[in-house]
Amino acid sequence: MGEFKVHRVRFFNYVPSGIRCVAYNNQSNRLAVSRTDGTVEIYNLSANYFQEKFFPGHESRATEALCWAEGQRLFSAGLNGEIMEYDLQALNIKYAMDAFGGPIWSMAASPSGSQLLVGCEDGSVKLFQITPDKIQFERNFDRQKSRILSLSWHPSGTHIAAGSIDYISVFDVKSGSAVHKMIVDRQYMGVSKRKCIVWGVAFLSDGTIISVDSAGKVQFWDSATGTLVKSHLIANADVQSIAVADQEDSFVVGTAEGTVFHFQLVPVTSNSSEKQWVRTKPFQHHTHDVRTVAHSPTALISGGTDTHLVFRPLMEKVEVKNYDAALRKITFPHRCLISCSKKRQLLLFQFAHHLELWRLGSTVATGKFLVSGKNGDTLPLSKNADHLLHLKTKGPENIICSCISPCGSWIAYSTVSRFFLYRLNYEHDNISLKRVSKMPAFLRSALQILFSEDSTKLFVASNQGALHIVQLSGGSFKHLHAFQPQSGTVEAMCLLAVSPDGNWLAASGTSAGVHVYNVKQLKLHCTVPAYNFPVTAMAIAPNTNNLVIAHSDQQVFEYSIPDKQYTDWSRTVQKQGFHHLWLQRDTPITHISFHPKRPMHILLHDAYMFCIIDKSLPLPNDKTLLYNPFPPTNESDVIRRRTAHAFKISKIYKPLLFMDLLDERTLVAVERPLDDIIAQLPPPIKKKKFGT
Amino acid sequence: MAALEEEFTLSSVVLSAGPEGLLGVEQSDKTDQFLVTDSGRTVILYKVSDQKPLGSWSVKQGQIITCPAVCNFQTGEYVVVHDNKVLRIWNNEDVNLDKVFKATLSAEVYRILSVQGTEPLVLFKEGAVRGLEALLADPQQKIETVISDEEVIKWTKFFVVFRHPVLIFITEKHGNYFAYVQMFNSRILTKYTLLLGQDENSVIKSFTASVDRKFISLMSLSSDGCIYETLIPIRPADPEKNQSLVKSLLLKAVVSGNARNGVALTALDQDHVAVLGSPLAASKECLSVWNIKFQTLQTSKELPQGTSGQLWYYGEHLFMLHGKSLTVIPYKCEVSSLAGALGKLKHSQDPGTHVVSHFVNWETPQGCGLGFQNSEQSRRILRRRKIEVSLQPEVPPSKQLLSTIMKDSEKHIEVEVRKFLALKQTPDFHTVIGDTVTGLLESLCPDLMEIALKKKDVQLLQLCLQQFPDIPESVTCACLKIFLSIGDDSLQETDVNMESVFDYSINSVHDEKMEEQTEILQNGFNPEEDKCNNCDQELNKKPQDETKESTSCPVVQKRAALLNAILHSAYSETFLLPHLKDIPAQHITLFLKYLYFLYLKCSENATMTLPGIHPPTLNQIMDWICLLLDANFTVVVMMPEAKRLLINLYKLVKSQISVYSELNKIEVSFRELQKLNQEKNNRGLYSIEVLELF
Repeated sequence: MGEFKVHRVRFFNYVPSGIRCVAYNNQSNRLAVSRTDGTVEIYNLSANYFQEKFFPGHESRATEALCWAEGQRLFSAGLNGEIMEYDLQALNIKYAMDAFGGPIWSMAASPSGSQLLVGCEDGSVKLFQITPDKIQFERNFDRQKSRILSLSWHPSGTHIAAGSIDYISVFDVKSGSAVHKMIVDRQYMGVSKRKCIVWGVAFLSDGTIISVDSAGKVQFWDSATGTLVKSHLIANADVQSIAVADQEDSFVVGTAEGTVFHFQLVPVTSNSSEKQWVRTKPFQHHTHDVRTVAHSPTALISGGTDTHLVFRPLMEKVEVKNYDAALRKITFPHRCLISCSKKRQLLLFQFAHHLELWRLGSTVATGKFLVSGKNGDTLPLSKNADHLLHLKTKGPENIICSCISPCGSWIAYSTVSRFFLYRLNYEHDNISLKRVSKMPAFLRSALQILFSEDSTKLFVASNQGALHIVQLSGGSFKHLHAFQPQSGTVEAMCLLAVSPDGNWLAASGTSAGVHVYNVKQLKLHCTVPAYNFPVTAMAIAPNTNNLVIAHSDQQVFEYSIPDKQYTDWSRTVQKQGFHHLWLQRDTPITHISFHPKRPMHILLHDAYMFCIIDKSLPLPNDKTLLYNPFPPTNESDVIRRRTAHAFKISKIYKPLLFMDLLDERTLVAVERPLDDIIAQLPPPIKKKKFGT
Repeated sequence: MAALEEEFTLSSVVLSAGPEGLLGVEQSDKTDQFLVTDSGRTVILYKVSDQKPLGSWSVKQGQIITCPAVCNFQTGEYVVVHDNKVLRIWNNEDVNLDKVFKATLSAEVYRILSVQGTEPLVLFKEGAVRGLEALLADPQQKIETVISDEEVIKWTKFFVVFRHPVLIFITEKHGNYFAYVQMFNSRILTKYTLLLGQDENSVIKSFTASVDRKFISLMSLSSDGCIYETLIPIRPADPEKNQSLVKSLLLKAVVSGNARNGVALTALDQDHVAVLGSPLAASKECLSVWNIKFQTLQTSKELPQGTSGQLWYYGEHLFMLHGKSLTVIPYKCEVSSLAGALGKLKHSQDPGTHVVSHFVNWETPQGCGLGFQNSEQSRRILRRRKIEVSLQPEVPPSKQLLSTIMKDSEKHIEVEVRKFLALKQTPDFHTVIGDTVTGLLESLCPDLMEIALKKKDVQLLQLCLQQFPDIPESVTCACLKIFLSIGDDSLQETDVNMESVFDYSINSVHDEKMEEQTEILQNGFNPEEDKCNNCDQELNKKPQDETKESTSCPVVQKRAALLNAILHSAYSETFLLPHLKDIPAQHITLFLKYLYFLYLKCSENATMTLPGIHPPTLNQIMDWICLLLDANFTVVVMMPEAKRLLINLYKLVKSQISVYSELNKIEVSFRELQKLNQEKNNRGLYSIEVLELF
């Protein structure tokens, strides 16, 4: 197969933000996730849990609440006191509206979806009417003494429960007045705490209110009488979140100790109709606070400070063995945060608020040594990697995307409101940076940036759906053309790929197919037939101009752009099908590249494996071993040739965030070990393991 | 959980109950209504939920009802017999019993039996049975005599099993009890003799029975206050032969045996029985509900006014005469569910599934040449075998037993094994038992080991110890006692399985050398530095003897094999310890010596195992040494002949402790090495490596 020199990079100091809220939408089977930096991500659970959309964060917009309303409209509210609605098509914020109640701690959409309720710092509960294109303030409920931390509607929409500090209030929606006020016990294991914060409430249709609080209790209240019915002490720390299943037969709570508890409504005895809530299963998939939980029909979803998004399937609800039946932990974004300049061996790392430019080191080991070097050998470094540049953004907005040109002389990045282009000059070891000023107004915000192979053209996918082509020469630039989206669609393009000869540009949105444009003639060349699952990565092969597309269901297609049809190899693959282990992988392919000298090879990777597909070899069937970590030993050439198949897989590097070919014999792999992330998180609540 | 609810009295009217109480309480065709026949002239129909009578019928003055009224479920009419031979049939509209249908029979009726779904049966005092319709067609027909002279019917019950009416009645003659099972459709009558067991002079006070697919489970309450169970096959193997039935103890002393009042027993469901009687001779009468599966008293209710010692159970109601009035106590047994409390409740199980036998695969019986391919085939073979059996009586009963065991349910096996053990004088007894016990549980045939212990049959005991996973600790200990005390000469005659023993004498010369070496090395520990120098020197005076003693096996090979069986058996320390204290001191010493010998043999090789096919493990040996010493230390320490052994053991422990302390010291260095290893794997933030893809 040949050997590679691999630059194994672990200095990408990326730490994902903690998860603050999750909101599950049953209609579309999508999950909205907000993080502590204000980022909101949309996961499509039907498409193999692919993170198909994201809204970049903002320093001043800490999202405290997230909810779906009116079908598939997504709202968030936060400590800046604003309610925001997201445009899921154009991938931007539709509007932000001040609720004038101070920081907002909680939000809940009415069961009908037409009203929105927010709980504010000043103790007010405000009701908003959702109009087709905005929200409109309707009225205030009776103001409470302290901040409203949690809200829940009764399924009939007539009453709401509001959790505050030390008490829970029940409001009548029609009159807006408090019907009951239920005082929560401050006592915690006999010791009176200063305050008892009701972190979450859930109002069931039979009138039961379930509350979770900072004293570690899960309590059941009767809303008709305002009395405590039952109390479960489940944690030594705060219980921070609760979510109830639609059928109201099960709910889930998350604690600050990282534990998630499942409660189920089960019959007291067999055959009896009398049922009671029983704590059934504890799960410990988190090391830190579980800030938020959600309950989909088949899974418990939890997220928290340790940045993992965990899907724990309820095995009794899962009927077939498929993606839904596996425990799933999502830690890394499903998009590329790293770009690479092959010519100068540079890596550009994208963080929330800055960029880092690194130059890879080198080894004295020449080709000769390489031939003698064995698999897994570490080569002596003659020069270590250098940190060349630390580029901080201006303003509070997170970086959406970034790119370094293949020649290494250009860096471009974009936030929601501004687009930045820099020219880099290298003089020996010195590097100078010059910002290209006076960006045109249409280049305000980009979802994806790409340089052509010869670094003379810049392609920008704007969030209005347009694709801009910019000519770069010397220190200046010139706007060449803009491909406007087809009339009527506003769908944003998230992925771009350009052919090495610079003639073809492929662009993919979140749902529609991949469009291929002819850059020379500046017109749409063709559209790849639409496929059910979103595109996770794509690239155009040199010489042949075959477009290779990876989808979230782990299918890989090869489409010939000149012929406007799928290649024979792609058809063969589809006919025979991929190996079942290949299809069972649970992270999407995030990057595809090609070998300049070996046209039959496709290089691709996900978070846990790197693979070279050799199109000249036969495809593996389900009986063959897909991944063989050991070199074939003591086998004749005949056997080796017979057992060889197209997929050459390496699982040495993980979690793998980026892998690309620098030259014929050199690869660069960027890993981000989980231990390094955990080391940078705040310490978790210490739990005694031994002794009393 | 079974529970008795608040009782209520059916009527304020005092029934004319005689000294024997009521004649009977029977179901009518409406669920809530019951026919109560008093011992005089009256039949009353009660509606239980309303607690009031719906109708009452009396025979003429001078006549007397001799058989409780029953309901013919097929016609809805009521049937009663007065003056032993006169049958009356009437329905709700009739007012006067004098005017209703009358038939005079040729023989005296013991009882009319009626259950839902079939026509009533008439049981005559001489044991003959007739269907009511057939009898009414010719009331004066001749009734044959079935039972012998002086035999008296004591009790009867009527079941419908798979739509076949089955009648059982119990007779008594001179203190002997007989059970008759009449298959009414096939007209097969089978007679069984009930063996009363050791306690020959006990009198059975009350019977009750329940039925499942294959057996009538007859429960009897004896005068000793215990409840016994007898399993009677519904389809007898050989109807012609007079067969005997063995009873097994179900519950011990539930009522006082010598109470002057009557006692009564009735089965409530599979697991529960209700017992009426005084728990203590002096105390008041009680109605108690027992769980026979767990042998626990579930609930009980005191009946201060006394009862007639009669108890009826229909639906959810227990009927009894309390004082002078008929009392109803509703009984409920809700299925309490642990799973429900734990939230793991699944759908309630199909009631039919519990009959499935829980035994290991009988298709492949160990050590037995009957290789059945599938159940279809096996049934065929079985049938053929049955024919063979009938043709050639010399086929040993053991083979029959094996073949039945292979097919049948737990209860049937139990019956067969019991029967077989009752015979027990067969030449191939041990081989059969060996084949049989594989896969059985001790709790399933508790008598087996009891008998073997009584007969000191060490071979069988060894077999049981090897095969049963659930031997009680007391029995294990009793086995140990026998194994230690039995004479060498009597051992010689037995044929003990020697699999677990290895002939240690073969390379004992070589061993001696090895041992002397280890004495010095001792894993880096030098015993000379020890504080026990004095005792060492004391011992060193006779080093020759010592080595000889430790290297030759202190027991003969056959005894070693038996003791190994004990070492392999499962036990719980808490339950075993008290029993170990009962073993005589010299036997303890012998066993300790043997264990010490095994330990020395163990420590000879690096893997710390004994040679042989199935030898005791080091852990088993060490555990038993500890157990024996724990149980008998004060005794052993006083014995002069045990002194050397104890000192040896003491040294052994000391050396073990020092080895472990050395290991503890090394552990730190090992951890450092491990850390170094980890650092080697952790390549830092940046490296250039070679990758080869296969």
